Amino acid sequence: MSDYIIEVENLVKRFGGLVAVDDISFKVKVGEIFGFLGPNGAGKTTTINILCTLLRPTSGRALINGFDAVRQQSQVRQSIGLVFQDPSLDERLSGLQNLRFHAMVYNMPASVREQRIEQFLQMMQLWDKRHNEVRTYSGGMKRRLELARGLLHHPKVLFLDEPTLGLDPQTRHRIWEYILKLRQQEDTTIFLTTHDMDEANKANRIAIIDYGKIIAMDSPEKLKKMVGKDIISVKTDDDKRAAKEIELRYQIEVRHDSSGLTFEIADGEQFLPDFIKEFSHKILSVNLRCSSLDDVFLKLTGREIREEEVRDTLKAMVRQHGRRMRR
Amino acid sequence: MNNLRGIYTIWYRDLLRFWHDKMRLIGSLTFPLLFLFIFGSGLSARMGLLGPGIDFTRFIFPGIIGMTVLMSSFMAGVSVVWDREFGFLKEVLVAPISRTCVAVGKTLGAATVALLQGMLILLFAPLIGVSFSMWTVLALLPLMFLLAASMGSFGILLATRIRTMEAFQAVMQMLMFPMVFLSGAFFPVQGLPTWMNILVKLNPATYGIDPIRQVALGTQADSPFSLILFGHTMSIWDDVMILALFGLVTTVLAIWSFSNQE
Repeated sequence: MSDYIIEVENLVKRFGGLVAVDDISFKVKVGEIFGFLGPNGAGKTTTINILCTLLRPTSGRALINGFDAVRQQSQVRQSIGLVFQDPSLDERLSGLQNLRFHAMVYNMPASVREQRIEQFLQMMQLWDKRHNEVRTYSGGMKRRLELARGLLHHPKVLFLDEPTLGLDPQTRHRIWEYILKLRQQEDTTIFLTTHDMDEANKANRIAIIDYGKIIAMDSPEKLKKMVGKDIISVKTDDDKRAAKEIELRYQIEVRHDSSGLTFEIADGEQFLPDFIKEFSHKILSVNLRCSSLDDVFLKLTGREIREEEVRDTLKAMVRQHGRRMRR
Repeated sequence: MNNLRGIYTIWYRDLLRFWHDKMRLIGSLTFPLLFLFIFGSGLSARMGLLGPGIDFTRFIFPGIIGMTVLMSSFMAGVSVVWDREFGFLKEVLVAPISRTCVAVGKTLGAATVALLQGMLILLFAPLIGVSFSMWTVLALLPLMFLLAASMGSFGILLATRIRTMEAFQAVMQMLMFPMVFLSGAFFPVQGLPTWMNILVKLNPATYGIDPIRQVALGTQADSPFSLILFGHTMSIWDDVMILALFGLVTTVLAIWSFSNQE
Protein backbone atom coordinates (compact mmCIF):
# COMPACT_ATOMS: atom_id res chain seq x y z
CA MET A 1 0.00 0.00 0.00
CA SER A 2 1.47 3.27 -1.09
CA ASP A 3 1.59 6.36 1.12
CA TYR A 4 -0.18 8.32 -1.53
CA ILE A 5 -3.93 8.25 -1.84
CA ILE A 6 -3.97 10.27 -5.07
CA GLU A 7 -1.32 9.95 -7.76
CA VAL A 8 -1.59 11.97 -10.93
CA GLU A 9 0.90 11.67 -13.77
CA ASN A 10 1.09 13.88 -16.85
CA LEU A 11 -2.63 14.46 -16.95
CA VAL A 12 -3.95 16.25 -20.04
CA LYS A 13 -7.52 17.15 -20.98
CA ARG A 14 -8.37 18.89 -24.23
CA PHE A 15 -11.79 20.14 -25.26
CA GLY A 16 -11.44 20.60 -29.00
CA GLY A 17 -8.63 23.12 -29.37
CA LEU A 18 -8.76 24.25 -25.75
CA VAL A 19 -6.28 22.67 -23.33
CA ALA A 20 -8.10 22.73 -19.99
CA VAL A 21 -5.56 20.61 -18.09
CA ASP A 22 -2.03 20.87 -19.42
CA ASP A 23 0.26 18.03 -18.35
CA ILE A 24 -0.05 18.17 -14.58
CA SER A 25 1.45 15.72 -12.06
CA PHE A 26 1.07 15.63 -8.29
CA LYS A 27 0.64 13.29 -5.35
CA VAL A 28 -1.49 13.60 -2.25
CA LYS A 29 -0.67 11.82 1.01
CA VAL A 30 -3.18 9.93 3.12
CA GLY A 31 -4.94 12.25 5.55
CA GLU A 32 -3.69 15.42 3.90
CA ILE A 33 -5.75 18.50 3.08
CA PHE A 34 -4.65 19.34 -0.43
CA GLY A 35 -5.85 22.46 -2.20
CA PHE A 36 -6.04 23.59 -5.80
CA LEU A 37 -5.90 27.36 -5.90
CA GLY A 38 -6.50 29.40 -9.01
CA PRO A 39 -8.95 31.61 -10.86
CA ASN A 40 -12.02 30.13 -12.51
CA GLY A 41 -11.29 28.46 -15.81
CA ALA A 42 -7.84 27.47 -14.60
CA GLY A 43 -8.69 23.76 -14.87
CA LYS A 44 -9.53 22.98 -11.24
CA THR A 45 -12.99 21.56 -11.79
CA THR A 46 -11.89 19.69 -14.91
CA THR A 47 -9.17 17.97 -12.88
CA ILE A 48 -11.65 17.00 -10.16
CA ASN A 49 -14.07 15.68 -12.76
CA ILE A 50 -11.33 13.45 -14.16
CA LEU A 51 -10.31 12.22 -10.70
CA CYS A 52 -13.92 11.33 -9.85
CA THR A 53 -14.49 9.51 -13.20
CA LEU A 54 -16.93 12.03 -14.68
CA LEU A 55 -14.51 12.93 -17.47
CA ARG A 56 -12.02 10.84 -19.40
CA PRO A 57 -8.55 12.36 -19.64
CA THR A 58 -7.07 12.94 -23.10
CA SER A 59 -3.85 11.39 -21.85
CA GLY A 60 -2.02 10.71 -18.60
CA ARG A 61 -2.95 8.67 -15.59
CA ALA A 62 -4.77 9.21 -12.31
CA LEU A 63 -4.85 6.75 -9.41
CA ILE A 64 -7.21 7.20 -6.49
CA ASN A 65 -6.81 4.87 -3.55
CA GLY A 66 -4.67 2.77 -5.88
CA PHE A 67 -7.42 2.46 -8.52
CA ASP A 68 -7.21 3.78 -12.05
CA ALA A 69 -9.74 6.54 -12.75
CA VAL A 70 -10.40 5.24 -16.27
CA ARG A 71 -10.20 1.47 -15.96
CA GLN A 72 -11.44 0.91 -12.40
CA GLN A 73 -14.23 3.45 -12.24
CA SER A 74 -16.44 1.50 -9.91
CA GLN A 75 -13.73 1.07 -7.25
CA VAL A 76 -12.73 4.71 -7.58
CA ARG A 77 -16.34 5.80 -7.13
CA GLN A 78 -16.70 3.67 -4.04
CA SER A 79 -13.57 5.30 -2.57
CA ILE A 80 -14.58 8.92 -2.95
CA GLY A 81 -17.12 11.43 -1.73
CA LEU A 82 -17.97 14.65 -3.52
CA VAL A 83 -19.33 18.07 -2.83
CA PHE A 84 -19.79 19.79 -6.16
CA GLN A 85 -19.52 23.45 -6.94
CA ASP A 86 -23.16 23.57 -8.02
CA PRO A 87 -25.87 21.99 -5.91
CA SER A 88 -26.55 18.35 -6.78
CA LEU A 89 -29.44 17.45 -4.50
CA ASP A 90 -32.87 16.22 -5.45
CA GLU A 91 -34.84 19.28 -4.39
CA ARG A 92 -38.17 17.49 -4.54
CA LEU A 93 -37.16 14.91 -1.97
CA SER A 94 -36.57 15.52 1.73
CA GLY A 95 -33.11 15.75 3.25
CA LEU A 96 -33.56 12.32 4.76
CA GLN A 97 -34.65 10.81 1.43
CA ASN A 98 -31.62 12.31 -0.30
CA LEU A 99 -29.31 10.64 2.20
CA ARG A 100 -31.20 7.35 2.01
CA PHE A 101 -30.86 7.34 -1.76
CA HIS A 102 -27.14 7.90 -1.37
CA ALA A 103 -26.76 5.18 1.24
CA MET A 104 -28.58 2.66 -0.94
CA VAL A 105 -26.62 3.52 -4.06
CA TYR A 106 -23.37 3.17 -2.12
CA ASN A 107 -24.42 -0.22 -0.84
CA MET A 108 -24.43 0.61 2.86
CA PRO A 109 -25.89 -2.21 4.93
CA ALA A 110 -29.32 -1.37 6.28
CA SER A 111 -28.16 -1.82 9.88
CA VAL A 112 -25.53 0.95 9.61
CA ARG A 113 -27.54 3.15 7.29
CA GLU A 114 -30.16 4.73 9.52
CA GLN A 115 -27.86 5.18 12.46
CA ARG A 116 -25.18 6.91 10.42
CA ILE A 117 -27.70 9.10 8.61
CA GLU A 118 -28.96 10.30 11.97
CA GLN A 119 -25.43 10.90 13.21
CA PHE A 120 -24.56 13.12 10.23
CA LEU A 121 -27.85 14.97 10.20
CA GLN A 122 -27.42 15.74 13.88
CA MET A 123 -23.87 16.91 13.36
CA MET A 124 -24.90 19.20 10.51
CA GLN A 125 -27.84 20.43 12.58
CA LEU A 126 -30.36 19.30 10.01
CA TRP A 127 -32.10 16.60 12.03
CA ASP A 128 -35.13 18.77 12.83
CA LYS A 129 -35.62 19.57 9.15
CA ARG A 130 -35.03 16.06 7.85
CA HIS A 131 -38.58 15.60 6.57
CA ASN A 132 -38.72 18.93 4.74
CA GLU A 133 -38.24 19.04 1.00
CA VAL A 134 -34.75 20.21 0.10
CA ARG A 135 -36.05 23.09 -2.02
CA THR A 136 -37.17 24.78 1.21
CA TYR A 137 -33.60 24.70 2.60
CA SER A 138 -31.33 27.75 2.64
CA GLY A 139 -28.06 27.76 0.69
CA GLY A 140 -26.06 26.96 3.80
CA MET A 141 -28.34 24.10 4.78
CA LYS A 142 -28.08 22.59 1.31
CA ARG A 143 -24.32 22.76 1.44
CA ARG A 144 -24.31 21.10 4.86
CA LEU A 145 -26.57 18.36 3.57
CA GLU A 146 -24.25 17.80 0.63
CA LEU A 147 -21.32 17.59 2.98
CA ALA A 148 -23.16 15.03 5.09
CA ARG A 149 -23.96 13.08 1.95
CA GLY A 150 -20.38 13.23 0.68
CA LEU A 151 -19.15 11.74 3.94
CA LEU A 152 -21.96 9.29 4.63
CA HIS A 153 -20.25 6.25 3.12
CA HIS A 154 -16.91 7.04 4.83
CA PRO A 155 -14.95 7.81 1.67
CA LYS A 156 -11.18 7.65 1.62
CA VAL A 157 -11.04 10.95 -0.24
CA LEU A 158 -13.49 13.80 -0.03
CA PHE A 159 -13.47 16.15 -3.01
CA LEU A 160 -14.70 19.64 -2.24
CA ASP A 161 -15.14 21.82 -5.31
CA GLU A 162 -15.40 25.41 -4.08
CA PRO A 163 -17.12 24.21 -0.91
CA THR A 164 -18.17 27.59 0.42
CA LEU A 165 -18.68 29.61 -2.76
CA GLY A 166 -21.47 32.12 -2.36
CA LEU A 167 -22.07 31.42 1.32
CA ASP A 168 -22.06 34.03 4.07
CA PRO A 169 -18.99 34.18 6.35
CA GLN A 170 -20.76 32.61 9.31
CA THR A 171 -21.91 29.56 7.37
CA ARG A 172 -18.51 29.36 5.75
CA HIS A 173 -16.88 29.23 9.15
CA ARG A 174 -19.29 26.57 10.41
CA ILE A 175 -18.77 24.37 7.38
CA TRP A 176 -15.04 24.49 7.86
CA GLU A 177 -15.47 23.52 11.49
CA TYR A 178 -17.35 20.44 10.32
CA ILE A 179 -14.80 19.59 7.68
CA LEU A 180 -11.92 19.72 10.12
CA LYS A 181 -13.82 17.78 12.76
CA LEU A 182 -14.78 15.10 10.29
CA ARG A 183 -11.27 14.77 9.01
CA GLN A 184 -10.11 14.09 12.53
CA GLN A 185 -12.80 11.53 13.19
CA GLU A 186 -12.67 9.66 9.91
CA ASP A 187 -9.08 10.30 8.80
CA THR A 188 -10.38 11.32 5.39
CA THR A 189 -8.08 12.88 2.83
CA ILE A 190 -9.48 16.16 1.59
CA PHE A 191 -8.95 17.53 -1.89
CA LEU A 192 -10.37 20.96 -2.37
CA THR A 193 -10.42 23.59 -5.07
CA THR A 194 -10.88 27.21 -4.25
CA HIS A 195 -10.11 30.70 -5.31
CA ASP A 196 -10.63 31.93 -1.79
CA MET A 197 -7.41 32.73 0.08
CA ASP A 198 -8.74 32.07 3.57
CA GLU A 199 -9.90 28.69 2.48
CA ALA A 200 -6.58 27.88 0.80
CA ASN A 201 -4.79 28.72 4.05
CA LYS A 202 -6.51 25.78 5.72
CA ALA A 203 -4.76 23.28 3.45
CA ASN A 204 -1.56 21.43 4.33
CA ARG A 205 -0.36 21.84 0.79
CA ILE A 206 -1.46 23.97 -2.11
CA ALA A 207 -0.99 23.70 -5.83
CA ILE A 208 -1.42 27.01 -7.58
CA ILE A 209 -2.92 26.37 -10.97
CA ASP A 210 -3.25 28.77 -13.87
CA TYR A 211 -4.16 28.08 -17.50
CA GLY A 212 -4.20 24.34 -16.80
CA LYS A 213 -0.68 24.20 -15.41
CA ILE A 214 0.60 23.85 -11.85
CA ILE A 215 2.88 26.85 -11.37
CA ALA A 216 3.76 26.28 -7.70
CA MET A 217 3.13 23.61 -5.08
CA ASP A 218 3.98 23.76 -1.38
CA SER A 219 2.57 24.52 2.06
CA PRO A 220 0.82 27.91 2.33
CA GLU A 221 3.55 29.15 4.71
CA LYS A 222 6.35 28.28 2.35
CA LEU A 223 4.52 29.71 -0.64
CA LYS A 224 4.10 32.96 1.22
CA LYS A 225 7.80 33.00 2.00
CA MET A 226 8.41 33.04 -1.75
CA VAL A 227 7.12 36.58 -1.82
CA GLY A 228 9.30 37.03 1.21
CA LYS A 229 8.68 40.29 2.87
CA ASP A 230 6.19 41.46 5.45
CA ILE A 231 4.75 44.91 5.24
CA ILE A 232 4.88 47.30 8.20
CA SER A 233 2.96 50.56 8.43
CA VAL A 234 3.77 53.09 11.17
CA LYS A 235 2.35 56.43 12.22
CA THR A 236 4.54 58.70 14.33
CA ASP A 237 4.37 62.23 15.70
CA ASP A 238 6.93 63.33 13.09
CA ASP A 239 6.81 61.16 10.00
CA LYS A 240 9.47 63.04 8.04
CA ARG A 241 12.22 62.57 10.57
CA ALA A 242 11.08 59.12 11.47
CA ALA A 243 11.41 58.09 7.83
CA LYS A 244 14.98 59.30 7.75
CA GLU A 245 15.84 57.43 10.93
CA ILE A 246 14.46 54.14 9.58
CA GLU A 247 16.21 54.53 6.25
CA LEU A 248 19.52 55.22 7.91
CA ARG A 249 19.37 52.54 10.54
CA TYR A 250 18.01 49.62 8.47
CA GLN A 251 19.16 50.61 5.00
CA ILE A 252 15.70 50.16 3.48
CA GLU A 253 13.32 52.17 1.40
CA VAL A 254 10.44 53.86 3.21
CA ARG A 255 7.27 55.05 1.51
CA HIS A 256 5.80 58.21 2.98
CA ASP A 257 2.25 59.30 2.32
CA SER A 258 -0.71 60.85 4.11
CA SER A 259 -1.56 57.63 5.94
CA GLY A 260 1.95 57.28 7.40
CA LEU A 261 5.04 55.26 6.61
CA THR A 262 5.26 51.82 5.00
CA PHE A 263 8.26 49.62 4.46
CA GLU A 264 8.98 45.95 3.75
CA ILE A 265 11.03 43.73 5.99
CA ALA A 266 12.01 40.06 5.78
CA ASP A 267 10.80 38.77 9.12
CA GLY A 268 8.31 41.25 10.48
CA GLU A 269 7.31 39.42 13.62
CA GLN A 270 10.85 39.32 15.00
CA PHE A 271 11.72 42.75 13.72
CA LEU A 272 8.83 44.59 15.35
CA PRO A 273 9.64 44.32 19.12
CA ASP A 274 13.23 45.56 18.69
CA PHE A 275 12.09 48.27 16.33
CA ILE A 276 9.60 49.65 18.83
CA LYS A 277 12.09 49.50 21.73
CA GLU A 278 14.89 51.31 19.91
CA PHE A 279 12.88 53.84 17.92
CA SER A 280 13.42 57.42 19.14
CA HIS A 281 10.19 58.96 17.86
CA LYS A 282 6.79 58.55 19.43
CA ILE A 283 4.81 55.81 17.68
CA LEU A 284 1.08 56.51 17.32
CA SER A 285 0.17 53.24 15.64
CA VAL A 286 1.85 50.29 14.02
CA ASN A 287 0.53 47.57 11.70
CA LEU A 288 2.16 44.38 10.46
CA ARG A 289 0.74 42.63 7.41
CA CYS A 290 2.10 39.26 6.36
CA SER A 291 2.35 38.54 2.68
CA SER A 292 -0.72 36.57 1.59
CA LEU A 293 -1.41 33.92 -1.00
CA ASP A 294 -2.89 36.80 -2.98
CA ASP A 295 0.58 38.27 -3.19
CA VAL A 296 1.97 34.88 -4.20
CA PHE A 297 -0.51 34.55 -7.03
CA LEU A 298 0.15 38.13 -8.08
CA LYS A 299 3.87 37.55 -8.13
CA LEU A 300 3.61 34.31 -10.11
CA THR A 301 1.08 35.41 -12.70
CA GLY A 302 1.11 39.19 -12.62
CA ARG A 303 -2.65 39.15 -12.04
CA GLU A 304 -4.86 39.40 -8.99
CA ILE A 305 -7.01 36.39 -8.27
CA ARG A 306 -9.67 38.59 -6.70
CA GLU A 307 -10.62 40.44 -9.85
CA GLU A 308 -11.99 37.22 -11.15
CA GLU A 309 -13.63 36.29 -7.90
CA VAL A 310 -16.13 39.14 -7.91
CA ARG A 311 -17.25 38.23 -11.38
CA ASP A 312 -17.71 34.59 -10.43
CA THR A 313 -19.81 35.40 -7.41
CA LEU A 314 -22.06 37.52 -9.59
CA LYS A 315 -22.26 34.77 -12.14
CA ALA A 316 -23.22 32.25 -9.46
CA MET A 317 -25.94 34.57 -8.22
CA VAL A 318 -27.36 35.04 -11.70
CA ARG A 319 -27.32 31.30 -12.25
CA GLN A 320 -29.17 30.61 -9.00
CA HIS A 321 -31.70 33.28 -9.79
CA GLY A 322 -32.22 32.00 -13.31
CA ARG A 323 -32.96 28.57 -11.98
CA ARG A 324 -35.53 29.79 -9.57
CA MET A 325 -37.27 31.75 -12.30
CA ARG A 326 -37.58 28.72 -14.49
CA ARG A 327 -39.28 26.55 -11.91
CA MET B 1 -27.42 -8.59 -6.52
CA ASN B 2 -25.63 -5.24 -6.45
CA ASN B 3 -27.07 -4.45 -9.84
CA LEU B 4 -30.58 -5.26 -8.74
CA ARG B 5 -30.21 -2.97 -5.76
CA GLY B 6 -28.94 -0.19 -8.03
CA ILE B 7 -31.87 -0.58 -10.41
CA TYR B 8 -34.28 -0.69 -7.49
CA THR B 9 -32.86 2.51 -5.97
CA ILE B 10 -33.14 4.47 -9.21
CA TRP B 11 -36.66 3.12 -9.78
CA TYR B 12 -37.70 3.85 -6.21
CA ARG B 13 -36.62 7.48 -6.45
CA ASP B 14 -38.72 8.01 -9.57
CA LEU B 15 -41.74 6.63 -7.79
CA LEU B 16 -41.10 8.78 -4.72
CA ARG B 17 -40.92 11.85 -6.91
CA PHE B 18 -44.13 10.88 -8.66
CA TRP B 19 -45.82 10.50 -5.32
CA HIS B 20 -44.54 13.89 -4.13
CA ASP B 21 -45.87 15.51 -7.25
CA LYS B 22 -49.59 14.88 -7.21
CA MET B 23 -50.38 17.94 -9.30
CA ARG B 24 -48.52 16.36 -12.19
CA LEU B 25 -50.76 13.33 -11.89
CA ILE B 26 -53.94 15.39 -12.11
CA GLY B 27 -52.50 17.41 -14.99
CA SER B 28 -51.50 14.36 -16.95
CA LEU B 29 -54.96 12.79 -16.64
CA THR B 30 -56.84 15.88 -17.75
CA PHE B 31 -55.87 15.66 -21.40
CA PRO B 32 -56.86 12.03 -22.00
CA LEU B 33 -60.10 12.46 -20.08
CA LEU B 34 -61.03 15.53 -22.12
CA PHE B 35 -60.40 13.53 -25.24
CA LEU B 36 -62.42 10.61 -24.05
CA PHE B 37 -65.47 12.49 -22.84
CA ILE B 38 -65.64 15.52 -25.10
CA PHE B 39 -64.39 14.06 -28.37
CA GLY B 40 -65.93 10.72 -27.65
CA SER B 41 -69.35 12.03 -26.72
CA GLY B 42 -69.32 14.72 -29.40
CA LEU B 43 -68.49 12.39 -32.26
CA SER B 44 -70.23 9.20 -31.14
CA ALA B 45 -73.71 10.53 -31.77
CA ARG B 46 -72.91 11.48 -35.37
CA MET B 47 -70.76 8.55 -36.33
CA GLY B 48 -72.99 5.75 -35.23
CA LEU B 49 -71.43 2.32 -34.92
CA LEU B 50 -67.94 1.73 -36.25
CA GLY B 51 -68.17 -2.01 -35.83
CA PRO B 52 -70.64 -4.49 -34.42
CA GLY B 53 -71.85 -2.93 -31.16
CA ILE B 54 -68.92 -0.54 -31.00
CA ASP B 55 -69.50 3.22 -31.08
CA PHE B 56 -66.78 5.83 -31.30
CA THR B 57 -66.34 6.24 -27.53
CA ARG B 58 -65.87 2.53 -27.05
CA PHE B 59 -63.51 2.47 -30.00
CA ILE B 60 -61.21 5.23 -28.73
CA PHE B 61 -61.22 4.10 -25.10
CA PRO B 62 -58.35 1.60 -25.55
CA GLY B 63 -56.65 4.20 -27.74
CA ILE B 64 -56.90 6.74 -24.92
CA ILE B 65 -55.38 4.25 -22.49
CA GLY B 66 -52.54 3.65 -24.92
CA MET B 67 -52.08 7.38 -25.47
CA THR B 68 -51.90 8.07 -21.73
CA VAL B 69 -49.29 5.37 -21.24
CA LEU B 70 -47.32 6.48 -24.28
CA MET B 71 -47.24 10.17 -23.41
CA SER B 72 -46.42 9.62 -19.76
CA SER B 73 -43.57 7.20 -20.38
CA PHE B 74 -42.13 9.12 -23.32
CA MET B 75 -42.17 12.36 -21.34
CA ALA B 76 -40.46 10.69 -18.39
CA GLY B 77 -37.16 11.28 -20.12
CA VAL B 78 -37.59 14.85 -19.01
CA SER B 79 -36.43 13.78 -15.55
CA VAL B 80 -32.97 13.05 -16.95
CA VAL B 81 -32.76 16.53 -18.47
CA TRP B 82 -34.20 17.97 -15.28
CA ASP B 83 -31.62 16.14 -13.15
CA ARG B 84 -28.85 17.39 -15.37
CA GLU B 85 -30.08 20.95 -15.03
CA PHE B 86 -30.39 20.72 -11.25
CA GLY B 87 -27.14 18.85 -10.80
CA PHE B 88 -28.57 15.64 -9.36
CA LEU B 89 -27.45 13.68 -12.41
CA LYS B 90 -23.86 14.10 -11.21
CA GLU B 91 -24.71 12.40 -7.93
CA VAL B 92 -26.08 9.50 -9.96
CA LEU B 93 -23.18 9.40 -12.41
CA VAL B 94 -20.42 9.29 -9.74
CA ALA B 95 -22.25 6.65 -7.73
CA PRO B 96 -20.69 3.18 -7.71
CA ILE B 97 -23.50 1.60 -9.72
CA SER B 98 -23.17 0.74 -13.37
CA ARG B 99 -24.67 2.99 -16.01
CA THR B 100 -26.65 -0.01 -17.19
CA CYS B 101 -28.44 0.01 -13.83
CA VAL B 102 -29.14 3.71 -14.20
CA ALA B 103 -30.65 3.32 -17.67
CA VAL B 104 -32.67 0.24 -16.75
CA GLY B 105 -33.83 1.75 -13.45
CA LYS B 106 -34.91 4.92 -15.21
CA THR B 107 -36.80 2.96 -17.88
CA LEU B 108 -38.59 0.85 -15.30
CA GLY B 109 -39.41 3.94 -13.25
CA ALA B 110 -40.90 5.67 -16.30
CA ALA B 111 -42.84 2.53 -17.22
CA THR B 112 -44.24 2.03 -13.73
CA VAL B 113 -45.45 5.61 -13.43
CA ALA B 114 -47.01 5.41 -16.90
CA LEU B 115 -48.68 2.11 -16.05
CA LEU B 116 -50.21 3.61 -12.91
CA GLN B 117 -51.63 6.47 -14.95
CA GLY B 118 -53.02 4.10 -17.54
CA MET B 119 -54.67 2.10 -14.77
CA LEU B 120 -56.35 5.25 -13.49
CA ILE B 121 -57.88 5.80 -16.94
CA LEU B 122 -59.09 2.19 -16.87
CA LEU B 123 -61.14 3.08 -13.81
CA PHE B 124 -63.28 5.37 -15.97
CA ALA B 125 -64.52 2.45 -18.06
CA PRO B 126 -67.91 2.16 -16.30
CA LEU B 127 -68.62 5.85 -17.01
CA ILE B 128 -68.66 5.21 -20.74
CA GLY B 129 -70.58 2.00 -20.36
CA VAL B 130 -67.71 -0.42 -20.79
CA SER B 131 -67.14 -3.28 -18.43
CA PHE B 132 -64.02 -5.39 -18.47
CA SER B 133 -63.67 -8.83 -17.03
CA MET B 134 -60.92 -9.54 -14.57
CA TRP B 135 -59.11 -11.50 -17.26
CA THR B 136 -59.29 -8.67 -19.74
CA VAL B 137 -57.71 -6.30 -17.20
CA LEU B 138 -54.99 -8.83 -16.38
CA ALA B 139 -54.23 -9.17 -20.08
CA LEU B 140 -54.20 -5.40 -20.58
CA LEU B 141 -51.66 -4.63 -17.86
CA PRO B 142 -48.62 -6.37 -19.36
CA LEU B 143 -49.42 -4.90 -22.78
CA MET B 144 -49.61 -1.43 -21.27
CA PHE B 145 -46.35 -2.05 -19.44
CA LEU B 146 -44.59 -3.16 -22.61
CA LEU B 147 -45.73 -0.02 -24.43
CA ALA B 148 -44.63 2.08 -21.44
CA ALA B 149 -41.22 0.45 -21.16
CA SER B 150 -40.35 0.74 -24.84
CA MET B 151 -41.54 4.35 -25.11
CA GLY B 152 -39.87 5.13 -21.78
CA SER B 153 -36.48 3.90 -22.94
CA PHE B 154 -36.95 5.82 -26.20
CA GLY B 155 -37.60 9.04 -24.28
CA ILE B 156 -34.63 8.41 -21.99
CA LEU B 157 -32.39 7.70 -24.96
CA LEU B 158 -33.31 11.10 -26.41
CA ALA B 159 -32.87 12.80 -23.04
CA THR B 160 -29.30 11.56 -22.64
CA ARG B 161 -28.36 13.39 -25.82
CA ILE B 162 -30.26 16.62 -25.16
CA ARG B 163 -28.77 19.27 -22.88
CA THR B 164 -31.55 21.78 -22.26
CA MET B 165 -35.13 21.63 -21.15
CA GLU B 166 -36.27 23.81 -24.06
CA ALA B 167 -34.70 21.53 -26.64
CA PHE B 168 -36.18 18.47 -24.98
CA GLN B 169 -39.65 19.96 -25.01
CA ALA B 170 -39.30 20.88 -28.68
CA VAL B 171 -38.20 17.36 -29.62
CA MET B 172 -41.02 15.88 -27.58
CA GLN B 173 -43.63 17.97 -29.36
CA MET B 174 -42.17 17.10 -32.73
CA LEU B 175 -42.12 13.36 -32.04
CA MET B 176 -44.80 12.67 -29.48
CA PHE B 177 -47.88 14.10 -31.15
CA PRO B 178 -47.17 12.56 -34.56
CA MET B 179 -46.60 9.25 -32.77
CA VAL B 180 -49.91 9.55 -30.94
CA PHE B 181 -51.93 10.71 -33.96
CA LEU B 182 -50.43 8.16 -36.31
CA SER B 183 -50.81 5.23 -33.95
CA GLY B 184 -54.39 4.38 -34.67
CA ALA B 185 -55.45 5.57 -31.22
CA PHE B 186 -58.23 7.75 -32.70
CA PHE B 187 -59.20 6.06 -35.96
CA PRO B 188 -59.08 2.62 -37.56
CA VAL B 189 -55.92 2.11 -39.57
CA GLN B 190 -57.56 0.57 -42.61
CA GLY B 191 -58.16 2.36 -45.90
CA LEU B 192 -55.84 5.27 -45.17
CA PRO B 193 -54.13 7.35 -47.86
CA THR B 194 -50.83 5.77 -48.88
CA TRP B 195 -48.49 8.31 -47.25
CA MET B 196 -50.36 8.01 -43.98
CA ASN B 197 -50.49 4.25 -44.20
CA ILE B 198 -46.71 4.14 -44.50
CA LEU B 199 -46.19 6.45 -41.52
CA VAL B 200 -48.67 4.50 -39.41
CA LYS B 201 -46.90 1.22 -40.13
CA LEU B 202 -43.49 2.75 -39.41
CA ASN B 203 -44.69 4.14 -36.09
CA PRO B 204 -43.69 1.81 -33.24
CA ALA B 205 -46.60 3.07 -31.13
CA THR B 206 -49.02 1.47 -33.63
CA TYR B 207 -47.91 -1.94 -32.41
CA GLY B 208 -48.61 -0.88 -28.82
CA ILE B 209 -52.12 0.44 -29.47
CA ASP B 210 -53.31 -2.46 -31.62
CA PRO B 211 -52.91 -5.28 -29.05
CA ILE B 212 -54.49 -3.13 -26.33
CA ARG B 213 -57.48 -2.58 -28.59
CA GLN B 214 -57.64 -6.23 -29.57
CA VAL B 215 -57.83 -7.25 -25.93
CA ALA B 216 -60.26 -4.49 -24.95
CA LEU B 217 -62.70 -5.00 -27.85
CA GLY B 218 -62.07 -8.68 -28.44
CA THR B 219 -60.30 -10.09 -31.48
CA GLN B 220 -62.54 -10.92 -34.42
CA ALA B 221 -61.79 -12.21 -37.85
CA ASP B 222 -62.32 -9.53 -40.53
CA SER B 223 -62.67 -6.80 -37.90
CA PRO B 224 -62.69 -3.32 -39.50
CA PHE B 225 -60.09 -2.32 -36.88
CA SER B 226 -57.46 -4.95 -37.67
CA LEU B 227 -53.92 -3.86 -38.31
CA ILE B 228 -52.77 -5.36 -41.58
CA LEU B 229 -49.06 -5.43 -42.42
CA PHE B 230 -48.06 -6.63 -45.91
CA GLY B 231 -51.39 -8.39 -46.25
CA HIS B 232 -50.99 -10.16 -42.93
CA THR B 233 -53.49 -9.47 -40.16
CA MET B 234 -51.43 -8.80 -37.04
CA SER B 235 -52.16 -10.94 -34.03
CA ILE B 236 -51.49 -9.77 -30.49
CA TRP B 237 -48.28 -11.77 -30.49
CA ASP B 238 -47.09 -10.27 -33.76
CA ASP B 239 -47.55 -6.79 -32.30
CA VAL B 240 -45.83 -7.73 -29.07
CA MET B 241 -42.82 -9.08 -30.95
CA ILE B 242 -42.35 -5.90 -32.96
CA LEU B 243 -42.84 -3.58 -29.98
CA ALA B 244 -40.54 -5.65 -27.78
CA LEU B 245 -37.86 -5.58 -30.45
CA PHE B 246 -38.16 -1.81 -30.66
CA GLY B 247 -37.99 -1.57 -26.85
CA LEU B 248 -34.93 -3.78 -26.75
CA VAL B 249 -33.09 -1.67 -29.30
CA THR B 250 -33.91 1.62 -27.56
CA THR B 251 -32.94 0.17 -24.17
CA VAL B 252 -29.57 -1.01 -25.47
CA LEU B 253 -29.00 2.38 -27.08
CA ALA B 254 -30.03 4.16 -23.88
CA ILE B 255 -27.57 2.06 -21.87
CA TRP B 256 -24.83 2.80 -24.37
CA SER B 257 -25.68 6.49 -24.32
CA PHE B 258 -25.66 6.64 -20.52
CA SER B 259 -22.31 4.87 -20.41
CA ASN B 260 -20.79 7.56 -22.58
CA GLN B 261 -22.10 10.49 -20.59
CA GLU B 262 -19.47 13.00 -19.61
